[in-house]
Parts: sequence; structure tokens; C-alpha cells
Amino acid sequence: MTATDPVTTPGRPVPLDPSLAPPGTRNFRDAGGIPADRWHADQNGETLVPTHCCFCGVQCGMYLRVDRGGKVFGVEPRNHDINRMRLCPKGINAYQQVNHPDRLTAPLMRKNRDEEFREVSWEEALDHTVAEIRRIQGEYGNDAFGLLGGASLFSEKTYLVGKFARVALKSRHVDYNGRLCMVSAAGANKLAFGIDRAGNPFSDILLTDCLLIAGSNVGECFPVMTQYLWGARDRGATLIVIDPRETAVARTADVHVALKPGTDSAFFNAVLHVVVAEGLTDEAYLAAHTTGWDEVRKTVADYPPSRSATICGVPEEQIVQVARMFAGAGKAMAWHARGVEHHSQGVENCLSIINLCVATGNIGKPGAGYGTITGQGNGQGGREHGQKSDLLPGGRSITNPEHRRQICEIWGVDEAELPLAGTSMMEMVWQMQRQEIRGLVGICNNPFVSLPNYATVKDGYDTLEFHAQFDFFLSETAANAHVVFPVTVWAEDEGVMANAEARVVKHNKAQEPPAGVRTDTWVMCELAKRLGAGDKFDFPDSRSVFEELRVASAGTVNDYYGITYERLEETGGIAWPCPSTEHPGTPRLFEDGRTYHADGKTHMQVVEWHPPMDPYSEEYPLSLTTGRTVAHFLSGNQTRRLGALVEQTPRPWVEVHPSHGFRNGDPVRVVTRRGSEVFPALVTEAIRPDTVFIPYHWPVPTAANALTIDALDPRSKIPEYKVCAARIEAAERVDEVPAPPTAPGHRAYPETQVSRTDPLPPTSPQGRGTAERS
Amino acid sequence: MMGRTIFIDPGRCIGCQACVSACRECDSHRGKSMIHLDYPDEGHSVASLPTVCMHCEDPVAPCAEVCPADAILVTADGVVQQADTTRCIGCANCVNACPFGVPKIDLQAKLQMKCNLCYDRTAYGLAPMCATVCPTGALFYGTLEELQAERPGVQVADSFTFGSTTVTTGVAMVVPADKVQWPVPGGLPVVEINGVDVSEANSNKGGGGRREGVR
Ligand code: SF4
Ligand code: SF4
Ligand code: SF4
Repeated sequence: MTATDPVTTPGRPVPLDPSLAPPGTRNFRDAGGIPADRWHADQNGETLVPTHCCFCGVQCGMYLRVDRGGKVFGVEPRNHDINRMRLCPKGINAYQQVNHPDRLTAPLMRKNRDEEFREVSWEEALDHTVAEIRRIQGEYGNDAFGLLGGASLFSEKTYLVGKFARVALKSRHVDYNGRLCMVSAAGANKLAFGIDRAGNPFSDILLTDCLLIAGSNVGECFPVMTQYLWGARDRGATLIVIDPRETAVARTADVHVALKPGTDSAFFNAVLHVVVAEGLTDEAYLAAHTTGWDEVRKTVADYPPSRSATICGVPEEQIVQVARMFAGAGKAMAWHARGVEHHSQGVENCLSIINLCVATGNIGKPGAGYGTITGQGNGQGGREHGQKSDLLPGGRSITNPEHRRQICEIWGVDEAELPLAGTSMMEMVWQMQRQEIRGLVGICNNPFVSLPNYATVKDGYDTLEFHAQFDFFLSETAANAHVVFPVTVWAEDEGVMANAEARVVKHNKAQEPPAGVRTDTWVMCELAKRLGAGDKFDFPDSRSVFEELRVASAGTVNDYYGITYERLEETGGIAWPCPSTEHPGTPRLFEDGRTYHADGKTHMQVVEWHPPMDPYSEEYPLSLTTGRTVAHFLSGNQTRRLGALVEQTPRPWVEVHPSHGFRNGDPVRVVTRRGSEVFPALVTEAIRPDTVFIPYHWPVPTAANALTIDALDPRSKIPEYKVCAARIEAAERVDEVPAPPTAPGHRAYPETQVSRTDPLPPTSPQGRGTAERS
Repeated sequence: MMGRTIFIDPGRCIGCQACVSACRECDSHRGKSMIHLDYPDEGHSVASLPTVCMHCEDPVAPCAEVCPADAILVTADGVVQQADTTRCIGCANCVNACPFGVPKIDLQAKLQMKCNLCYDRTAYGLAPMCATVCPTGALFYGTLEELQAERPGVQVADSFTFGSTTVTTGVAMVVPADKVQWPVPGGLPVVEINGVDVSEANSNKGGGGRREGVR
């Protein structure tokens, strides 16, 4: 195992390092880096394996500490270009899941849901699964069996998920949990620019004069990104934060617009209205590089600040102030995340932000542009190569005959047999309820916690005749399955992920998997063999999949052809498109003003605001919004088992404004049209009086997603997690936080048991607690 | 003035507790974190600030001065070490003497625990774990010149008054440029950059908000 990190080797160029960064910003934390002689490794006989964090879309570089016996036992910061040694608490504690006592180490099986799981051999589990696939497809047709993947998987595996569904299962029903993440941004970017990724690298943030962050709690969701943010602030950049809550970053902003959830596009239309009215548009840019500007201009004329201020519940002056600050800055950038994307108008919200950037000419320049902050580690890469229901590898459309022909040629299959587009993740659950989908394989996802409207999700899954799940811990969803395949954690395999900048990075293997555990690649290939497609799934390892992926993406917008494992190890990351092995990658898009549409123009889109899907009423007057907390990741299947993170944030809470009269820790019942649950109150002035907030990482009966609505954006099919109508009332006692399920014979982490029954809110996550001063 | 040390900038802290987790991972006290996060304006603002040992210089480490067992060593480079386990009697004198509320007693082991500036790392030229990982740079390890190169115009303070006593520390705090005054009255809460100016309220209290305040 090599412990050489090219990124920290002196004299080696770091291709994506901002060569244009102003003096002082480049050497942010080089002081104190690991010296070349690696005293640490030498002293203890340990090896430092360079890799990346498995969690969010920042993809921080880290070393895993491996002892003489080949076991991962710790973490060491790594001076990678993305994070310059920095890590958030999730990254620091991630290594603890590798040898965690809850790891599944043998396939689990049962014939009915009311039976106990028993550990079985791989042969038995695989054969039974294939028999069930055959039975269901034989009786009800190929499309009656579905596949749901995950965006925490390496890109190689997401490629295989797409290929497995179409070639081995021959089913159109494949989708993935990135559908719950940033598909609105993807859809908007595709419509406007013909390419689905952020326009600029993180390092451009250091060069901007005005940074607009919309719907993103950067401090808690992408903590390591704050180094870029503060770096910009050090240079004097102004900061605008749009968020219903005063987050740690909003607290330091020049303008914090605490708008009512679900009103983003009304706000951005009004900002653009002011920009137009004050003559701050970049007409030369608009004339040369865009289409649709006239219609957009006409539409925003209907959004004077007075109107939007009422819709958004913010002062009119703030709209004017944001417009002047953003459009008046030399170089301005907008970064957004789930806060604007998780809506039934998610695509429109993103488009309204793009319109603002484009109309002010802030596109394709160092320090000027847009970005979307991916939630999952591979939220970006996870959909690029065919895991999404409507996409084939390389971002090709599954309905485009030319694209279909190209892929069928590479895969060696008959085009007539290649299924057409399927439905989205939430729609698949509805289909399960209607028994249109009767069998399902889930790969490293946990919809029981992550999908909205839990009652519907549970009903859908319970209706399945057969359900198999791949995971390394028994997730709430896996606990519902008939077969569970124990698979590797990220540190036990190699593969690539694309971070929020579309920079492809390589994760390295640090440890052999425990006996009985297989890679997702191996399991998919074994299933494919048994389904008679073995010749199309002859992949001994990730590298062999990546080689096919490179070829399958060649010539498309998502071109990975020039990216090789060797190059990734040398460079510390390459941004796609990268069409040849000599190509340096494309960290910044549209530098010449040309987009990826055939005409090379930005297609500006008209956006009209419409209210959220769940109407307010006398009975449900408040907005319920949901989000994350820094210690936990997505459905919490991983982080709810790591002692330090559980200790940091043992349970969810409901954030309420003091005007409701609750005291900190009071049991508060939150009621929506889907149900009700009781959380301890966290009383704080950092939230709008008409809004309540619940972090979503826990299962029922403390699941935010038992309350959220399964309304979808009509284009991206993303659920409207960020707003639904609710009311709150006093309750007797809070709902107990359930322990994560564990397989028979496994013991849970003692530390996690201790805090789980704690009835009080977490000790001030981000200082939000205790409205009375002590 | 200062050599290589920790600078604390509460204006940047996002309360993520990466420092707390990182401290737990450091080999010099593996498994236990020596950092606490404080929330100076809870319920009103999300402000937070990390507390690490300030490595008091003058008077030389009050914790060490009052230790009846002479267990707290101050090294030549100014690092106030964790109590020597062969000497510490767990009497908690240091806990009472520290104006910043840093040392803790492990009640089971009857031993004192506190930040020792990751001596196993800093002695080898590495930054302490907390300051290495802190995603925002709220904890920064380096020289004042390095800090100011990154953050032009940044001002720091390393003297704090508690009533009539002034303590000068090895670790420094970033303070708002318009509020620079040495010594900083009342300990840490005064440097809340984006909140209200609490410097007056604090100096009126005299005894310092820290000891009987936030914890
Ligand atoms: S910021 Fe994201 S990638 Fe970095 S350590 Fe935290 S979770 Fe991991
Ligand atoms: S790691 Fe840094 S930002 Fe996070 S809590 Fe500690 S000091 Fe604050
Ligand atoms: S801050 Fe407290 S523990 Fe640290 S040296 Fe000073 S008195 Fe001792």
C-alpha cells in the first residue's frame, strides 16, 4: 500500500489549485501539514492510506490510519487541495464504521416479514433472490421488478446499477436516492446550459466580490466549504444568505433574508426586477450569449419588490439591497443547495437563480458563476452514468434513438430489448402500493427514513412480494427486506466519486473486507450471471468497470474518457468533461461564453412563482421545514451508530420561535396532514415565527419524514421536503428515539445506547437552545 | 511577539464540534476530548466558541501554581502540560484556579485532564488536531504573521483581566478591530464579534463572566 500522497509532494502541480487566487489565500493551512518523512507512520508502524471522506459532496481528502494487522483504526488530516487538512466531525469519525460491531457479515434471509432473519450462505441468498426475480417477472412482466440505487456508491457501482437494471433485469424501473438530493439543480442546469453540473470550482469562491448562498446551511451541511467562504470574506467579499433560519453562516452575513419557505422564486424574480429597473443587467452578454431574455424580462416585470416582499415575508428594502449588492459587485457568485431544490417548484427556483447570474453577466469567469452544493458524496457522479430512470451512461437520454444505439453497441445488447424510461423513486413507491412493482432490490439506500410521507413508503414496501437490500448496517429499510446482502464500506474497495465541483476523485482501499462481506460489484455480477447475463457482467473489480465507464462516456457531455485511475492518483482530482488523457479537465465552464446547447447559448427560462403544494389553513398555519444537523448524514444509518456523533446530537428536536410560548425542552406535538409526532422544543430566535424546523436523520416515531408531503416537482420529481403546512401544540411527553436495528447476534455500540433515551434536546446544537439565559 | 500558537476566532466558529471530535482522536489523550464548546448567547443567536487551554504565561499557569502535588509541568516552550498521572491526586485545585474553566477531573480515574496543545504533534512541528481540522479556521495554528497574511487586518489579544488580575496567555483570541483594548476585560465572551457589544457589561461585573457564567 503506498503512503505517498502526490498532492502534498512538493513541486508536484495541483491542477485544480486556483492559480489565480490572490496572495495569502493559497497557503491557508499548509502550516502544520504532515512532513514528507511521515514521522507518524514510521513511529507506530502504521500506514496512512490517502483517500476521501465517504459522506458529503465536498469530498475532503483524508488519510486512514491502518495498523500492522491491516485494520483501519483512525484518521489523519490530509493536505488535499479540496480541504487543506480540514474535516468536519462526520469525516473525523467516519473510520469508526469500518470495524463497527454492527457490521453485517453474512447474508440474512427470511421467507416472510414476520419471521426472524437467519444467516445463510451467499449461494442460498443469491439463488433465492434470482428465483424470486424470475417468478415475479415471469408472472407480471419484467417491469414488475425494480431497482433502487444510491448516490453514496462509487460511480463504477452506479454505472453497474443502471446496466444491471436494463441488461440483467431488463426492467425500466431503476432510480436512485440522488432523486431526493439535487435533481432540481440538475434539471435547471440542463435546461439553461445543456450541462448538469456546477459552473465553477470551489476555489472561485475565493475570488468573488459577492457571494450569495441560497437555501444552504453551509456551516452544518458542508462545513469544510466554509473555509472558502471565510477566505472570500477575508478579501472583503460581501455575503448574502437566503434562509428561513439564522444559520451559523447567516449570522455573519451582510444581508440575511429570512424568507418564508417555498417562496424562493418569487424572491429571485423580484431581485431580477430591481436589477432590470436599475439598469444593472449585462446587455452585451445577454445579446451575445443567451436566448429567452425578453420573455424573462417581461415576466420579472410582474414581480415588483412590494409584491414579492408580501409573498416572501421579508422587508422590501432587502430585495433592493440584495439586487444592488449582487449586480453591483464586480464578480458575483450564487451557490445553492436543498433549501431551494427540495420543492414542488425546485427546478424553477434554481432557474430563477440562474437567470439572475446570467442577466448580470456573472457566468464563466474566475469568481463569477454558480454552483450547486451536492448533498451526498457522489450526488453529482451518481446520476451521470445511467442510474437515473431516464439516463444512460454519459448522461445520454434513454429516449433518444441515437443515444440508445450508441450504448447498445457498447453493451452488446439488442436495442429492441433496452427498456425505456422508468419512473422516479417516489413514484416507484406509489407503484409498489398499486402492485405494479412487486419485487425490488435496494442498493445502499434507506427510504424508510429518507422518503417523505413515511406511511405511504411503509405501505409500498410492505406490499412488495419480494424485497432484497444491499447494505453494511441493517438499515430501517433493510430490516423490512426478505434478503439482505452484506457489502463493503467505502474503505474496503476502490472507486471514484465526483464532488460538488464535478471534480472526480479516487477513493483507495485501506482494508480487506471482513470474511463474508462482498463488494456491491461482486454481488451485482453474481446476480447477473444467475440471470443469464454473465457475459455482460464480467467485472472482477472496480477498475474493470471504470474502464468500460470511460468508454461508455466518451464523446458525451459527461466525458470521462481522459480520466484514469493513474491520473487521479497523480493529480488529486480531475473535473469532467475530460475527453482525452492529455486533457487537463474542466474546472470552470463557459469561459468562452459557449454553453453545451447546440447553439452554444444559455437558454434562459421563464419562471412563475406558485405556492407550495400543501396549503396553509386555520388548522395548519405554520410552515414545517426540514434539514440536517452537522453530526449526522442523510438517513443516519451510518452516523446514528457512531458514538461521538450520537453523543453530539443524540436525537431530533423541533425548533420553534419564542413567540409560541414554549420553554426549552417542552414536549411539542407537530401535526401535519400526514400525521403527528412529539419532539422536545428548541426555543430560539434564530427561526421565523411562522416556521418550525425538524432535522430529518431519524426513523419513526421521531421522523421528520412521517410529517412531510410526497408532492413532487413535475420536472425533476424531487419531493417537497422543505415546506408543508403544520401546527404545533403542547404534548405530555416526547417520543422516544428508537435504536437503529441490528442483525441477530450483533451487538449495538454501547455509547449509542446511552444517549438514545435522553429526553432533552441536544446540548445546544449550534447554540440554538435555552431561550432563557442561565 | 507570539511564536507558533493557537489563535481562536469565535466570529468564524460554526459550532460543528469537529475540534471536539479531532481532540478525541489525538494520540496524546486518545478517546477523550479536552475541548468544550460554549454558546455565549444561547436562544438568541447561534454563536459558539471553542475553549482550549490558553496556556497562561503571566502569572505562570494559575492551575500549575495552585497544584499541591506539583503535577502540572510547564515546558520551556510555554506549553502547560496535562497533570502528570503519577503525581496528580485529583484534588481539583486546578479546576478552581483556572480563570478560563479549562481543566476537568476524570472522577473515575481521579485524575485531571486538560488540553496540552497536542504535545505529541506540536513537538514534531505538526499543528494540534483541533486547529488542523477546524473547517472554518476558528481555531488557527501558526504565527501571528501567518494569520495576518491570510486575514489582512486581523487583530488579536492575549491579555485578559479578571477583576484586578490580568492574565497573559500563550494562546491568543481574535478580537474585532474596533474593540481592541488590552487587556480584554472579563475573559472570552467579550469577543463576540457579530452580536452586541458586551465588553461594558462584562467589565461592570468585575469578577468576569466566565467562571460563574456560561457553564
Ligand atoms: S465536509 Fe463533507 S466530505 Fe468533508 S469531512 Fe465533512 S462530511 Fe466529509
Ligand atoms: S471545529 Fe472550528 S468551527 Fe467547528 S466547533 Fe470547533 S472551533 Fe468551531
Ligand atoms: S487556561 Fe487554565 S488550564 Fe490552561 S494554563 Fe491557564 S490556568 Fe492552566
